[in-house]
Amino acid sequence: MLKIKGLKKTFYPGTVHEKKAIKGVELTFADGDFVTVIGGNGAGKSTVLNLIAGVFPADCGSIELDGVELTTMPEYRRASMLGRVFQDPMRGTAADMTIEENLALACRRGKHRGLRRGVTRAERQLFMERLAALDLGLEDRLTTKVGLLSGGQRQALTLLMATMQRPHLLLLDEHTAALDPRTAERVLALSRQIVEEEGLTAMMVTHNMRDAIATGNRLIMMHEGRVVLDISGEEKKRLTVEGLLARFARVSGETFDDDKALLA
Amino acid sequence: MSQLLESFLGACPGAVSQGILWGIMALGVAVTYRILDYADLTVDSSLCTGAAVNAVLLLAGVHPIAALAAATVVGMAAGLLTGLLHTQLGIPAILSGILSQLALYSINMRILGRSNLPLLKVETLLTLRSPATAIIVGGIFALAMVAFLTWFFTTERGYAIRATGSNGGMARAQGINTASTTVLALMISNGLVGLAGGLLSQYQGYADVNMGRGAIVIGLASVILGEAIPFLRSRFSLRLIASVVGGVIYYLVITLVLQAGLDTNDLKLFSAAVVALALGIPNLRQKAAAKRLAKSALRVGQDGQRKETV
Ligand SMILES: Nc1ncnc2c1ncn2[C@@H]1O[C@H](COP(=O)(O)OP(=O)(O)OP(=O)(O)O)[C@@H](O)[C@H]1O
Ligand SMILES: [Mg+2]
Repeated sequence: MLKIKGLKKTFYPGTVHEKKAIKGVELTFADGDFVTVIGGNGAGKSTVLNLIAGVFPADCGSIELDGVELTTMPEYRRASMLGRVFQDPMRGTAADMTIEENLALACRRGKHRGLRRGVTRAERQLFMERLAALDLGLEDRLTTKVGLLSGGQRQALTLLMATMQRPHLLLLDEHTAALDPRTAERVLALSRQIVEEEGLTAMMVTHNMRDAIATGNRLIMMHEGRVVLDISGEEKKRLTVEGLLARFARVSGETFDDDKALLA
Repeated sequence: MSQLLESFLGACPGAVSQGILWGIMALGVAVTYRILDYADLTVDSSLCTGAAVNAVLLLAGVHPIAALAAATVVGMAAGLLTGLLHTQLGIPAILSGILSQLALYSINMRILGRSNLPLLKVETLLTLRSPATAIIVGGIFALAMVAFLTWFFTTERGYAIRATGSNGGMARAQGINTASTTVLALMISNGLVGLAGGLLSQYQGYADVNMGRGAIVIGLASVILGEAIPFLRSRFSLRLIASVVGGVIYYLVITLVLQAGLDTNDLKLFSAAVVALALGIPNLRQKAAAKRLAKSALRVGQDGQRKETV
């Protein structure tokens, strides 16, 4: 269970560049919630995910995940509870290391890293099975440098790394946005499959309204640093893109001047 | 010409032995520059710290191997200092190295007590008077360090350092404390440099406060020259050996240009120019390729049809 209370974040406070990115967010996710997050550019979606992951500290508020207080924990320690996939396929993997080395790093997330072998034979076997399930032909390329893979392959690998050890919360930040439509479809389907099969609690930011509606059991919309819509259950199942746009106009008091930003 | 060749061949064993010892230093540079992706300037002083501690201990009657172990440990301490300046005080990488380098100069002077400390009448593992022994002893140390690094970088800890160098954000997302991996890598690197300093002072028969000046450039030159060797690329261990071989090539070239008449005082200018070129050539090539592409695109635009360029 994720509990976020009174979360606020201002970048460059007290300067001309001051930016109130998050102006008080309250969120509670039940175990197994698969929440899609939508909102225009600069709404604060990535910032919320980064605050949960600890990329930078919050100004105030608290973040608690499965009973663990994350608010002041350093990023690398929170990592033991989180799986993350980023928009940029370059960000989630180490390009100079091989596929198996990257996966082995993920297997040791949150564990002590000592002088034992960085990757074991048993793990290689496991990696081959998991990679074969992706159906991208990566299972025979364990010793290929990740830098040589395509964006889609890297995202699929990052997804596998994020879920190799069951995360308490999976954070997906527009992780299909940099991919061509077919690959994006593929990676999204894979994400849905993994989240459903493992019963993970997950949060997925997307600019694609149809994906946001079709994926998960709950949808939230952010606007100017706040959560302005929170739709779940039967109501979410009945959602349409038009309906969503109309509801956005009602809660925010403005119409979507830039539908493309949301529909992309 | 034949005279030059003869004197060059005569100087070869000395150049090779010195190159191997500097090659051990280059291994340290490879750890930071290539694996951690950190340009660490501490080495210019930590080399001397290793040499100084080694010299003082030898004169106090300590066994040469124990003195080398101590040289390695003080080198690691130098790396720790730089690492803490960078990770705990948030000082940029280059500046952290410069600060430790400067601070260590005073410390080196304190250890040595004067700017040059000769190792008279003490037993050493190797000496420049016997290049063959020096090559063997240096070679054993170099191979032992290559073996250690090859093993270490396949451990969980070693993977964590490599991930830190390759993609710090990813490393943190995978639960790696990148501050501590950075510090550890700097310690290993400077430990190697301190060891090289100790070996060099035994080899030369003295420790001098200026002996590490420009060491980073020699280290980089060795790493880059090593990378140019085609058949030492396929494996991690071979790439490390390449850095040592790079050190040997560097010293052979230096010996050759000195004997061809280059003034010793111009040597540092020469080394800097070689490294600047080696670092710059790949970028210049890229620029040239971009220019060619732009030209051919222009030609396509003018004729409406693409023409093969010769
Ligand atoms: N690290 C940072 N430093 C400074 N400002 C930041 C930082 N991260 C985000 N911001 C600012 O905070 C605001 C919210 O940004 P955020 O990245 O959370 O938006 P977003 O909803 O993810 O938008 P997008 O859909 O474009 O990704 C923006 O004005 C942005 O410029
Ligand atoms: Mg974003």
